Amino acid sequence: MKVLLSWLREFAPEIDGDPVELGETLSALGLAVEEMTITGEGLDGIVLAKVLDLSPHPDADKIQLVQVDSGDGEALQVCCGAFNMSVGDLIPFATIGTVMPSGMEIAQRKMRGQMSNGMCCSAAEIGFGDDHDGIMLLTEDADESQLGAPITEVLGIERDVLYDLEVNANRPDAMSVAGVARDLAAALGVPFSFPERAVERTGADASAQATVEIIDPDLCGRFAARVIHGVTVGESPKWIQNRLLALGMRPINSVVDISNYVMLELGQPNHVFDLDTLPDGHLRVRRAADGETMVTLDDAERTLVSRDGVIADNSDQPISLAGVMGGLTTEVTDTTTSVLLEMAWWDPPSISRTVKRLNLPSEASTRFRRGADWGDNIDRAMDRYCELIAETGATICPGQIDVPGNTPSQDFTTARVARVNSLLGTELTGDEMAAHLNGIGFAATVADDTLEVTVPTWRWDSIGGNSHEFEANIAEEVGRMYGYEDIAKTVPKGEQAGHLSEYQSDRRLVRNALLGMGCDETFPMPFLAPGDLSRVGLSDDGVTLSNPLDANESVLRTSLLPGQLKAIAYNQSHRISGVRFFEIGSVFLPPAEGELLPDEREYLAVALADSDATEAIAVLNALDGVLAFPNVRLFQTDDIAGMHPTRSAEVAIAGRPRGVVGEVAPSVLEAYGVSGRVAWLQLDLGAVLNGPHGRRSYTPVSKFPSSDMDLAFAVPEGTGADKVQGTIGKAAGALLAELRLVDTYRGEGLPEGTRSLAFRLRLQAKDHTLTDDEITKTRDAVIAAVAKTNKGQLRG
Amino acid sequence: MELTSIVDGTSAQIADAGDLEALDALERSSIGKKGELTLKKKELGSLEPDARKAAGQALNEAMRALSDRFAERRSELAAAAEATRLASERLDLTEALTEIRRGHAHLVTQARDRLEDVFVGMGFTVAEGPEVESAWYNFEALNIPEWHPARGSFDTIFVDLGEPEQVMLRSHTSPVQIRTMENQKPPIYIVAPGRTFRTDTADATHLPAFNQIEGLVVDRGIGLGDLAGTIESFVHAFFGHEVKTRLRPSYFPFTEPSAEFDISTADGGWLELGGCGVVHPNVLANCGIDPEEWQGFAFGFGIDRLAVMRYQLDDIRELVNNDVRFLRQF
Repeated sequence: MKVLLSWLREFAPEIDGDPVELGETLSALGLAVEEMTITGEGLDGIVLAKVLDLSPHPDADKIQLVQVDSGDGEALQVCCGAFNMSVGDLIPFATIGTVMPSGMEIAQRKMRGQMSNGMCCSAAEIGFGDDHDGIMLLTEDADESQLGAPITEVLGIERDVLYDLEVNANRPDAMSVAGVARDLAAALGVPFSFPERAVERTGADASAQATVEIIDPDLCGRFAARVIHGVTVGESPKWIQNRLLALGMRPINSVVDISNYVMLELGQPNHVFDLDTLPDGHLRVRRAADGETMVTLDDAERTLVSRDGVIADNSDQPISLAGVMGGLTTEVTDTTTSVLLEMAWWDPPSISRTVKRLNLPSEASTRFRRGADWGDNIDRAMDRYCELIAETGATICPGQIDVPGNTPSQDFTTARVARVNSLLGTELTGDEMAAHLNGIGFAATVADDTLEVTVPTWRWDSIGGNSHEFEANIAEEVGRMYGYEDIAKTVPKGEQAGHLSEYQSDRRLVRNALLGMGCDETFPMPFLAPGDLSRVGLSDDGVTLSNPLDANESVLRTSLLPGQLKAIAYNQSHRISGVRFFEIGSVFLPPAEGELLPDEREYLAVALADSDATEAIAVLNALDGVLAFPNVRLFQTDDIAGMHPTRSAEVAIAGRPRGVVGEVAPSVLEAYGVSGRVAWLQLDLGAVLNGPHGRRSYTPVSKFPSSDMDLAFAVPEGTGADKVQGTIGKAAGALLAELRLVDTYRGEGLPEGTRSLAFRLRLQAKDHTLTDDEITKTRDAVIAAVAKTNKGQLRG
Repeated sequence: MELTSIVDGTSAQIADAGDLEALDALERSSIGKKGELTLKKKELGSLEPDARKAAGQALNEAMRALSDRFAERRSELAAAAEATRLASERLDLTEALTEIRRGHAHLVTQARDRLEDVFVGMGFTVAEGPEVESAWYNFEALNIPEWHPARGSFDTIFVDLGEPEQVMLRSHTSPVQIRTMENQKPPIYIVAPGRTFRTDTADATHLPAFNQIEGLVVDRGIGLGDLAGTIESFVHAFFGHEVKTRLRPSYFPFTEPSAEFDISTADGGWLELGGCGVVHPNVLANCGIDPEEWQGFAFGFGIDRLAVMRYQLDDIRELVNNDVRFLRQF
C-alpha cells in the first residue's frame, strides 16, 4: 500500500516532521516502509518546451534530432531516443545543468557527432508514475503561453513524500490512506478526523428506483446502494489522476478513477452497475448454485460453485461475482447515464475461497478478504464517491438503499490487564492500555483490573473467536502503540539442560568420521526427474509433486544414488576426478498401508569416484568402529538394484537389512555419464542409529607378552573370508587378542577352485606369559577348525 | 714412570680412535679383562704390602683416568655418528608430496551446527520432523484455516497424495512445533532446524528447497519481552556483542502479537533476519496445551541466508551444485 504524506494530512493535518523519522514511526507501528520517495523534488531546471522540428540523425538509427523551443523562441537541438513526439507537442524538457531526480546531471554533449543541448523527459524520469516508454506529452495539459515555465508549476506538482508500506494481512484498515493516517496520528499524538463531505441530492429517492434483497445473510453483512444520474464517462480531474499514478494505479476514466480513489482513500471497495441494465432495479444477493455460470467483466465465462457469492438480477441471473469481479452485462459503458453504486461488506472466507479457486486477485477482493469496514465507513465512502462524481456533473438521488445481513458479532469483550502485561512483558496500568487502544478507535474502559473493549468495525481481524485469542489481539494493539522497542528484554530459563539427542550426537559423529576419511559433504536437492529412479534400476514409484516448478524436479527421491551420481558427473565434466562424497538426507518411500504421508527416512550415502568396492567396505568398517554395531554382516548377491552384480552386498546390522555396499553397476554409471568405478555405501541411517549400537565394554589391557603367528589357508572360492575369520576367532578362544586378514592370493600352487587367505593372529593371556605348549595347541585348534568348517587347508 | 707413559700413550691412542670399533678394541687391550693394565694389577700380588698398596693405588687411578677418557671419547664418537646420520636424513620440507585430505562439511551444515550449539548452550534441545507434511501440521494447527489469505503467501509445493492440497512439502519448519507440542508437555524449549520448500524458481537468490531454523518456548508467563531477550542473547552469541536487535510489529497467523526481528549492520542500518511472536492461543489449544496456564514464543529465520551473508555468496545455487571447487573452500 502506497500513501502520500499530503493525503495523510487531509485526515491529520498536524502530521509533520522529518520524512525519514515519520517512516520509522510507521515501521514501528507494523507498517513497514519498503521504500520512501520524495516527489516533486529535483525538478528545478525542467521546463515546458515545444517540439519545433524532428529529423533523422545522420549517423544513428536509434536516436533522432529534435528542435525544441524551451521558452526563448530559439530552436535548440537535442538528440533523443524516443519517437513518440510530433511537431507541435509540448513536453517536459531538462535544460543544461539540471540534476535529475536520479542524480544524473544534464550536460551539453555530442552524440554521434551531433550536439545535444538538454534532454526530453519521460514521465518516469520526472518521478511521475512508472511510464518509461516515450516522452511525456503535455499538449493537452498545458498551453504554449507556459513555454519555459517550471514543470512543477505547469503540472501543479508539489513536494510530497511517498511511502510504500508493507501492510500485513491482519490490517484491513491500513489498506487505506485514512487508516494509515489514523495509526500514525495516534502514534504521534495528533488529532485525526474525517473531513465533512457535503453532497447535494436531487430527484427521486434511491429506494424508489432500486431494491436489494439479501438471500444469504452469512455471505453479505451489509449491502448499501445509491442511485446516480447524469453520469458522463470522461477523463477524471488531473489531481485525481496524479494521486492514482502516485499510488501506482493507471487512470482510466472518471467513473473508474473515482471508484479507485475512494477505495484507496477509505479502503471501501465499490462497484457501479449500469442501472438501465438492471430489470426493475432489483438485486438479489445470494450464494451461487453449483454449476451456475456468468460472464465476468474480463469477458470470461465462470462456472460457479455453491460457496461463491453472487449478485443476481430480478430474473435471478448472476450479474456480479460478489466482492471479486463485476459482470459484463451490467458494466458501465460510454453510453451509461444512470448507475447504481454498490458498497457492501462480504464474508472474508467466502471471498477468499472464490478468489483462490478462480485465481482472481484484485485490489478490491484483497480488502474484502482481510475484512473491510461494515460501519460508518460505508456511508462515508458513499458520500465521498458522490461528492467526486458530482463534480463531473452527475446528480445524486436522495436516500440510500441499505440492507443488513449478518455483520460480525463481538462475542468477547474483556481482556485482563495482568494477562496483557504477561503476554507483552510490560507493567502497564489498565488506564495506560485503554489510552493506547482509544487512540486507534478501540473503545476501551477499565474496571476491576479488566479492560472492557469494543473493537471498531474496521478491525475485523481483532474480534477473536475465543477469550484467549481476544486477549492476544488486544495485547498486540497495546504493544504496537506502546512500542515494541520499549519492552524490557528478559531471558527465560528452562529447567532442563540443553542438549543434542543421542541420535543427533551420533549423526555428528558419523559426519565427522566421514570428513576425517576425506569425504566432502554434498547437499543435492531432493527432487528428481521422471526416469531418474529407473535409470538406477529402482522402480519409478517416487512420490510426485502436484505443482512442480520444473518437470525435471517433479519426483521425490527414494534413493540418494541419483543425486550423488549427478554430482560426480558434474564434477567429472569439470575435469575433477576422484571425488569422495557423502550425504545425509531424507528419502521418501511410498506411504505405508493406511498412512497419508510418505515413509520418510534419513539415509546416509557415501560415493567414492574412481574407487572400487573394497573402499566402500573400508568406510563401512570404519563406521562400525565409530558406532560399535553389535554385528555387521555382508550378503554378497548379484541382484541389488543399480549395483554391480559381482561387487555388491546387502549390509545387515544386528541381523536386519540396513543398506547396500559395493560398486555402482557399470550400466548405471554409463546412464549418468560417470566414468571410472564408483564405490557406494548407502545405509538407512535412521534405522541404524535408532537400532542397537555403541554398547562397548571394558577389557583390562594385558600386561603379559603377546605372540604373533601368520596362517595362510587354501580356502574354496565362495567361502567368505569373514566366515573363515569367524572360525578362527571361535577356535582361538580367549587367547586371541587380534585377528585380521593380511593377504589374499590366487594363482599357481593352489588346489583348483581355491584361493589363499592369510591371517595374522596375536595371542595373549590376561594373567600369564604364554607357554609354547599353549601357542602350539591354539595353532593346531585353529588349523583343524578351518579344515573342518571351511574346508581350508593350511598352506606349507 | 712406566705407568705414566702407558696412560699418556693410551690417552693419545683414545684421542686418535676414529670410530667406536677402534675405541672398543683399544679399551679391551688397555683396561679390558685381558688388558695391559688389568694384567699389571694381577702382578701386584708379588709385591711387598706397602709397595703393593702404593702401586695398587697408582694403577687404580690410572685405570679410572683411562676409563673416563674412554667414556668421554665414546660419547664424542656417538655424537658425531648421530650427527652424520641426521645429516644424511635431511628433508627439504618445501617439497610436500604427501597429502592428507580432510573432507569439508557443507556450508549449511556448518551454519546449522553452530546455531544448534548456541541454542543448546541457551538451554534448548533440537527437534526434527518430516519434510513432507499434511495440511493439518503445515497450516491448520498453525491457525491458518483453508480459506486464510496467508495460505497463498506460502507458495506451497503440493504432493500427489491424499486429497488435493492435503499433503505438501513443508513450507516452513513450524510443523515441528506442532508435533513437539502434541508429544511433549511444557515447559518446552526447542529449536527445529531443517529443510523447507517453496515454489521459488531457482535463481541467484532463490532455491525451491532451503533451510530454516525455528525456536519455540512454552512455559509459564512467557511474553514478548522474553522473546526479545532470547533473540538478543542469541544474536550476541552468534553475531557478536556489538550487534543490536529490534522487534517490529508484523503478522503471522500462528503468533499474536507478531513481530519481525532485525539485526544492526556495520553501516548503521538494519537487516531483517526473521519472524517471531507470542504463540497464538489457538495454536496451543490445537496441541492440547491450555492457553490459560501456558504461554509461549516462537521465532524463525533462514539458515542458508546466514551462510550467504557470511561469505557474500553471489549465487545461492552453489549450495546445491555440489561442485568440489565450491565445497572445498569452507
